Amino acid sequence: MSDAFEITEQCSGNRFHCEPGQSVLKAMEQQGLKCVPVGCRGGGCGFCKVTVLSGDYECGKMSRVHVPPESRACGEVLACRIYPLSDLTIECRPREVAETATQQTTTKSMR
Amino acid sequence: MKKGVMRPGHVQIRVLDMDAAVKHYTDLLGLIETDRDDQGRVYLKAWTEVDKFSVVLREADEPGCDFMAFKVVDEPFLQQLEKDLVEHGVDIENIPEGELKDCGRRVRFKAPSGHTFELYADKQYTGKWGITEVNPEAWPRNLDGMKVVRFDHCLMYGPELAATYDLFVNVLGFYLAEQVLDGEGTRIAQFLSLSTKAHDIAFIHHEEMGKFHHASFYLETWEDVLRAADLISMTDTSIDIGPTRHGLTHGKTIYFFDPSGNRNEVFCGGDYNYPDHKPVTWQAEQLGKAIFYHDRVLNERFLTVLT
Repeated sequence: MSDAFEITEQCSGNRFHCEPGQSVLKAMEQQGLKCVPVGCRGGGCGFCKVTVLSGDYECGKMSRVHVPPESRACGEVLACRIYPLSDLTIECRPREVAETATQQTTTKSMR
Repeated sequence: MKKGVMRPGHVQIRVLDMDAAVKHYTDLLGLIETDRDDQGRVYLKAWTEVDKFSVVLREADEPGCDFMAFKVVDEPFLQQLEKDLVEHGVDIENIPEGELKDCGRRVRFKAPSGHTFELYADKQYTGKWGITEVNPEAWPRNLDGMKVVRFDHCLMYGPELAATYDLFVNVLGFYLAEQVLDGEGTRIAQFLSLSTKAHDIAFIHHEEMGKFHHASFYLETWEDVLRAADLISMTDTSIDIGPTRHGLTHGKTIYFFDPSGNRNEVFCGGDYNYPDHKPVTWQAEQLGKAIFYHDRVLNERFLTVLT
C-alpha cells in the first residue's frame, strides 16, 4: 500500500486508499464503502459523478452527455474514470444540488 | 408477424473505445467479427445467426443505442409497412442499400418513446457460423467466451408507452406478451413479441426519451448462465445483477456492462406464447418480484442506470 494515494470524500468523511492506475470508484468499492453511487463503472451512465476539490488525476473516456468539456475542466468527473496522481479530496453530493466546483484541479492527460 | 415484420435484425451500439468494445463483445460474449466499414464501424454476429451481422459497434463520445432494426419478410411487405407508417403519421427516412455493408435499404423512424428503429428486408445470408449447411454438426468448436447463441431483444426506457404500443402493435404487427400495470391500470412496462418468444422488444416507462437499458443475448441453459457469471468475474467485467430469475418472462439471467457502460444481458429459458395466449400481467406493487424473482427487491441501479 506504500504507493497508494489517499482519497477523502468530503460529504461522508470517508477515506480510502487508491493504488496508482486504479479508478477511484473501484478502490472505494473494494474497501466496502458507499460514499459514491456505483452505476455502470464504464464512464457511460453518469451515476458516480463527483467533484474533485483538490489533487491531480488522469481521466479515462467518459460520456460527453454526463461530462461535457466545461464540467471536466472544473473537476466534475466520473469516479469510475479517474486515476489519482496524488492524494485527492472529492465531493459526492446528491445530483440535484450539485454545483460548480473550485478550480484547484488539473487533468494531466487522457487515458 | 401479422404485418410481415419477422424478427430482430440488428442493433447499432455506440462505444467510447472501439478496441475495448470489440474485445468485450468477441472475447467475452463470443460474438464473431464479420466486417468493418470505412466509418470505422465493426460488424458482429452470433454463431447461429444466418445473416452477416446482428450487432454494429460505432465509436462515439457518448455510449447508447443508435437504432435497433427488424427484418421484414420481403420487399413488398417493406413497401406496405412504409405506407402504413406514413399513414400513421410517422416520419420515415430512407437509408440506402449498402449504408450498412451488405444490407439492403432500411426504413428508419422514431418511436414516440424517442428510440430510433429500422425495417429492412435484405441482408447478406452467410449461414450459421462455423458449421456446414448440409449435415451440420451441433456447434462450432472454436467459439470464445460465453458463446452466445443469438442477439435476442432490447429493452428501451422512455415515455409515451401507449403511443409506442399503438405503433408497434397496430402498424408493425407485434403483440403484447406481458405487461406491468400501475394502480390506475396504466401500462408502465410492455413486452412485445413477433414470435413465440417472450419478447422481441420491451419498453419500460421513463421520463427521459430514447434511453437504452440493455441488449440481450440468448444462451441455452442455466449452466451457461452460471458459466457466463464465472467469465464476468474472471475478466473483472462490471456486473449489474445476477445470476437470478426474472418474474417477467421467467427468464434466467445475468446483467453486466460493456466497457462503455452499455448494459448487456445473457439469459436462458423463459415463457413462450401462441396467438391464443392472453398477455401476462404484473401489478406495479409486485415490481420487485416481477423484475428479480428471487430477491423480490428492486435495485436502484437496474431502474436508473442507462445509456
